[in-house]
Amino acid sequence: MKGIRRWGPSLLFVAPSIILVGVFVYGFIGRTVVESFSHVVTRSGRTRAPGGFGNYAQLIGDSRYQHALWNLLVLTVVFVAGTMIFGLLWALLLERGVNGEGVFRSIFLFPMAVSFVAAGVVWRWLLSPAQGENAVGLNKLLQYMGLSQLQSSWWSAGRFNMAAMAIPAVWQLSGYIMALFLSGFRGISTDQREAARVDGATELQLYRYVLFPQLSPIALSALIIVGHMSMKMFDLIYSIAGPNSYTAEVPATLMWAQMFQLNDATAAAVNATLLLIIVAVLVVPYLIYTNRSEKG
Amino acid sequence: MHIQRRSLFVAAAVMAAAAGCGSNGSDSSSTATGASTAAGGAGGDVGVYTWWADGSEKEGLDALVTLFKEQFPNNTFVNLAVAGGSGSNAKAKLASDLANGNPPDTFQAHAGGELTDYIDNEQVEPVDDIISALGGSSVYPKTLLDLITVGGHVYSVPCDIHRANMVWTNTSLLSKAGVSSDPTSVSAWLADLEKVKGSGVATPLSIGGTWTQTQLFESILAANLGQSAYTALFTKSGSWTGSDVTRSIDDLKQALTFANTASDGDDWVNATDMVGSGQAAYNLMGDWALAEFTSKGLTWGKEYSSFPLVGMDQTFGFLADSFTLPKGAKNPGGAKDWLNLVGGAEGQRVFNLKKGSIPPRTDVPASAFPEYQQKTMDSFKTDKIVPSIAHGAAVSLAWSSEINTAMSAFYQSKDTAKLQSALAAAHDKYAA
Repeated sequence: MKGIRRWGPSLLFVAPSIILVGVFVYGFIGRTVVESFSHVVTRSGRTRAPGGFGNYAQLIGDSRYQHALWNLLVLTVVFVAGTMIFGLLWALLLERGVNGEGVFRSIFLFPMAVSFVAAGVVWRWLLSPAQGENAVGLNKLLQYMGLSQLQSSWWSAGRFNMAAMAIPAVWQLSGYIMALFLSGFRGISTDQREAARVDGATELQLYRYVLFPQLSPIALSALIIVGHMSMKMFDLIYSIAGPNSYTAEVPATLMWAQMFQLNDATAAAVNATLLLIIVAVLVVPYLIYTNRSEKG
Repeated sequence: MHIQRRSLFVAAAVMAAAAGCGSNGSDSSSTATGASTAAGGAGGDVGVYTWWADGSEKEGLDALVTLFKEQFPNNTFVNLAVAGGSGSNAKAKLASDLANGNPPDTFQAHAGGELTDYIDNEQVEPVDDIISALGGSSVYPKTLLDLITVGGHVYSVPCDIHRANMVWTNTSLLSKAGVSSDPTSVSAWLADLEKVKGSGVATPLSIGGTWTQTQLFESILAANLGQSAYTALFTKSGSWTGSDVTRSIDDLKQALTFANTASDGDDWVNATDMVGSGQAAYNLMGDWALAEFTSKGLTWGKEYSSFPLVGMDQTFGFLADSFTLPKGAKNPGGAKDWLNLVGGAEGQRVFNLKKGSIPPRTDVPASAFPEYQQKTMDSFKTDKIVPSIAHGAAVSLAWSSEINTAMSAFYQSKDTAKLQSALAAAHDKYAA
């Protein structure tokens, strides 16, 4: 009785959110996983899904899915590396104390205020593969700059085409990573810098041995945030490449095609479950790590 | 407490209204078959789902709505149009609405293969009685009725017909290159493309995103194979592994060497405009391109012209828009009023006049239409009708999506064998 009085009211407060999250997040995840194992035969007698783990084998063995996974890998590597490098670079520059820091900070952060879809419409034009006299966007810019030999088909061709698809994503999110790093730098007290300088550390040593080690938790968070955004990336690719692009297909856009074009909810559920597992592999160790370090 | 009571009251009112609607609908559904609908219509809201949101399509829809209000003053037209993506956005929204058991009263669908998805999922009702009351085979061409009949039932009412296999040309570029007559085979066209290139045009042919390339390919395929062999590709016994298909893929590959570099998401409008502005000599596009040229102030036969891409047969690559009767629609009586309107002669006259397409009914007077549409109406009577892949007349949504994916991959690899095996695999998976 006494126990209930102690934790009862607080439970009452969190109960609505537990129920809502339970139903609308975990309930639906469960429903999707169940769907992914189902056995489906269409009315016209075609076996659409063999059922059980056979569904998974079918999707993983599909060359279209493998192509999408490869695209995702290229996209993620370039996107994560790009945002981390630019974010850190801008944070370093601003941290050195430039004049009008507020202006630069806003300029770097503004792209994040634009939705992926709106940005995608513009980037579709910027990344047009047309070259020569029909060129528009970046290729035209390169021509004006006298760098015609650098014209590229961007995301439209090549084995590493998704590296070009990462450009708009890097443009949008580098500012966010910069803000994270900048707050990290600001969180380190000036005493430490002064102490290092008194001890005779060069600026390079100061960053290498004093400042950067303290930023590693922030770097890890940034990595996880950008990494899982990349895995789930759908709207940017959809608005740049359109609904039927094999070239730029990643698991998330393939899932849309499976659901709404191929009318194959089971394959889409399998794809969704695999995507959840991929993201979980990335996020769960991070959660465990932060949990531990917070306790310790 | 006060708020709660009021919301209860509102809920009750809504329920009463919904019940009223429902009974209204079912009353009239027994009587509202054929052209002799209850005078003034079944009443209530009629939600009509289309992707006609702007341009000539919107004007056509507006003309229909005006007529709908005149003929059925009891009904309230509710526009559920979803814009963008040549209908792909609308189809995605529709797919989820249908899956969630929340269908519109009637929705636009390409007549033919694309309907099989909805039929397979048991989402649409047959409309045999409406078609026969509208005149059936006495006013609709048999080729068209065959294409929209599945398992002995007709599942939609066609309201317009477009021609897909048209090549639009820039007349001054062609005369400069010395091309004076329309080619009568694909190889003759490729020779003309070579000629145009030789005359100094950097991009003789303009293309857009993936589906425009699918449309180019289907036109080449139909021209090379002829009506019967091409139509057989979409039957269970059809084969995509033959040498004719190989040759058509090679023709496509050669045609693409004359084309601009396009990305998958490019719209058709830009590609068509390249012909109008003299950047390209040829563009293959459906006859909705006419409205685009007209909007740029150009005249057919003067600055630009067009010819159908033909070969073995004088083929007419066709696609048709139609309206359906979804299962579980809230107002089937009102939906039937709409179907009677779009399937009737007067509705098809006002609609197609604005949209630039031709009426499927044979009893709509041709004299009411401009010259280009009259020519198309003549061709539709005499030419060999073949269904379009890219626009859902030949194959189901799933199948056409698979073909588009293969085309997108082919645009990168230019690998004939790979495309052919992908096309054959798609056939084996979906042909029924």
